[in-house]
Amino acid sequence: MRKLACLAVLALAAALPASAQEAAKLSTPHYRFDRATLQAGAKFFASNCTACHSLGHIRYRRLATDLGMSKEALTRIFPQARNKPDDVIKSAMPADAALQAFGVVPPDLTLEARYRGTRWIYSYLKGFYSDPSRPTGFNNHVRPNVAMPDVLAGLQGIVAADGSVISKGSVSPAEFDRDIAAVTAWLQYTSDPSKLERRALGPWVIGFLVVFTLVAYALKRVVWRPVH
Amino acid sequence: MSTLIAWIDRRFPLTKLVRESMTEYYAPKNFNFWYFFGSLALFVFAIQVITGIFLLAHYQPSADKAFESIQTIMYDVKWGWLIRYAHTTGASFFFIVVYLHMLRGYLYGSYRKPRELLWIIGFVIYLCLMAEAYFGYVLPYGNMSYWGGEVITSIIGAIPVVGDWLVSLARGGFGIGTATLNRFLAFHVVLVPALLAALVVIHLLALHETGSNNPDGIEIRDRLGADGKPIDGIPFHPYYTVKDIFGVGVLMILFALVVFYAPTLHGLFIESYNYTPANPMQTPPDITPAWYLAPYYAMLRAIPNKELGILVLFLAIIVPFFLPWLDRNARARSVRYRPVYLGMIVVLVASMLVLGWIGMQPASPALLPPARVCLALYFLFFFTLPFISRIEPTRPVPERLRM
Repeated sequence: MRKLACLAVLALAAALPASAQEAAKLSTPHYRFDRATLQAGAKFFASNCTACHSLGHIRYRRLATDLGMSKEALTRIFPQARNKPDDVIKSAMPADAALQAFGVVPPDLTLEARYRGTRWIYSYLKGFYSDPSRPTGFNNHVRPNVAMPDVLAGLQGIVAADGSVISKGSVSPAEFDRDIAAVTAWLQYTSDPSKLERRALGPWVIGFLVVFTLVAYALKRVVWRPVH
Repeated sequence: MSTLIAWIDRRFPLTKLVRESMTEYYAPKNFNFWYFFGSLALFVFAIQVITGIFLLAHYQPSADKAFESIQTIMYDVKWGWLIRYAHTTGASFFFIVVYLHMLRGYLYGSYRKPRELLWIIGFVIYLCLMAEAYFGYVLPYGNMSYWGGEVITSIIGAIPVVGDWLVSLARGGFGIGTATLNRFLAFHVVLVPALLAALVVIHLLALHETGSNNPDGIEIRDRLGADGKPIDGIPFHPYYTVKDIFGVGVLMILFALVVFYAPTLHGLFIESYNYTPANPMQTPPDITPAWYLAPYYAMLRAIPNKELGILVLFLAIIVPFFLPWLDRNARARSVRYRPVYLGMIVVLVASMLVLGWIGMQPASPALLPPARVCLALYFLFFFTLPFISRIEPTRPVPERLRM
C-alpha cells in the first residue's frame, strides 16, 4: 500500500504543470463554495453583469435546484426565470450594439473560470484604476487596455493606479471584497455546475467502493489460504 | 445446467476455453504489486469503451458544433458530466497503468526469450494507445485541441517528397477543420479501438503460450510436479481472479477520487486552455501536450533542427522494440539479482519523468541542457545495455520462486 501511494505521488508529481505563470500579480479570493455564497454571487451578477455578459449554458431551471432557492426568490434575481425556465442567461445588450459601444462583443462568461481561473477573475475585477488616457476613463492592472469600462466604480469608488482612493464608493472596501469573491464563486459554479452534485455524491460512491474493496480483500484472503 | 453446458460444448469449446485460459492456466504464485496492471489496463479499456459510446451519442464532429456539443454534454445531458469526466480520467489512468505495466516488464526482464513477441505486441498496443489518445484529444475542439492537431499533423510534413500530400491527407484539407474532426472521429472510435481490441487478444494468446514471467525471472514450467503441473504455479482462476478484483477496487477508489473531487487534476488531466473554442487566428501562449505524451514532446524540442528532431523522436519510440535482444545477461532476468541493471532502470525512469516535466513547460532555452542530458541518458540505457548486461555482477538466482 505504501508502495502504491509512493507510485501515485511519483506519477503525478512528475507531471505537475507550472500554473503559476502570472502568480506575482494575481491574488486569491477567499470564499466558501456554498449555496449562500452562490446566491449572493448570482444576485451580484444579475444586477451588475448581465447587461452585457451572457452565461450561454446556464438555464434558469437548474438554478432553483442547484442554489436551493424557491421559484419566487429566483424570479426576484432573474425575472425571466418565471416564464422561460428553460432559457439560458442572456445579456440584455444585442451583440451589434455592444460592438458599436465598446469595439468588441462582451464575451460569454460561462467558462471564464475554467479558462482563466478564479484568481484571475477576482484580481481582474479588483484591478480597475482611473486612467484618463483611455476612452472609458479606466484601465486595468490584470488586463491592460481592456475595452470593458469600470462598471463597478460606483460600488468600489474610483481608484488611482497606485491604489490611492480618488472618490469613495457606495460600499465599504470589505463589502466590495466580499461581493467580488461571491461573484467569482458564482462564475466558478457556472464553469462547472457538476461540482455541487459531485461533492454531494462523492462520499457515497467512495464509501461503497471502500466497502467493495474490503470485501474483495477478505475474499482474496480466504481463497488464498491454501497457497500461504 | 450441466446438460446445457454439454449441449454448448458439443458445438463450441466453452469448457475447454475456460479450462485452458482460467482454471488450468498456471501462473506463478509470487505475483506482487506490479502484476495488477495488466488486468487493470483491460478494465480501464472497458471504461473507455462504455463511456465513449455514451459520449458518441451526443458529440457532433463539425468545426462549428464540436465544442458546443461537449458543453451540452457537461450542462444539459443527464449524468453527462460523469460520463465525460470518467472518459477524460480514464484516458490518463490508461496511461498510468500501462506505464506501470511496461515498467514491470523492464524490472523483471519479462521481454526476454521466449517472450519477445509478447513484448513487441505490447509495445504496438502502446503505440496504438498514443494514437488513440491523440485523436481523442483533438475532438473536443478547444483551442489546444486545434493547435495540438495542427502541430502533430505538421510533423508528417517532414517526410521528404510526399510530406505535404500526406499532411493534407491526414487533415482532410489544407488546415484543421470539420473534415479533420470527421476522420479523427472515425479513427478514434472505429479504427484504433478495433486494432487495440484485436491486439489485446493477440497479446493474451502470446502470454498464454509462454506463460507469465515473475518477480524472480525464472521459468515455473521448468519445474513440474508429479502431476505434470508447475510446482510453483497456481491456477489463474480462482487465485488471480479474486486478487485482480481487489486491484480493481483500489483503482476504482482512486478513479472516483479524481472524478468526484479533482476532475481536471489542476490542469493535468484536462487543460484549462482547452476551455476556449478552437481559434485559427489565436495561437496559445504555449502549445504543450497532455502529460502522457510530454516526454516525447520534450525530446522533439530538445533538437533545434526539425527533421533531425523528428528522426530522434522516431528512434526513441522504436528502440524499446529491440530490448529483448539488447539484454544479454544469460544468468538472470530480474532486477532482484541484477543491482546494476536496477540502477540503469532508475536512471531511465528518472530521465523520462524529467523529460515529461520539461515537455509541459513553456519552451525555454534554460531547459534545453537538462532536456538533452535526459535524452542522452534515455538512449544510453539501450546502447550500453548489450555491453553492461554481459559483464554486470549477478547474484545467484534461486531454483524455486520466493514468495
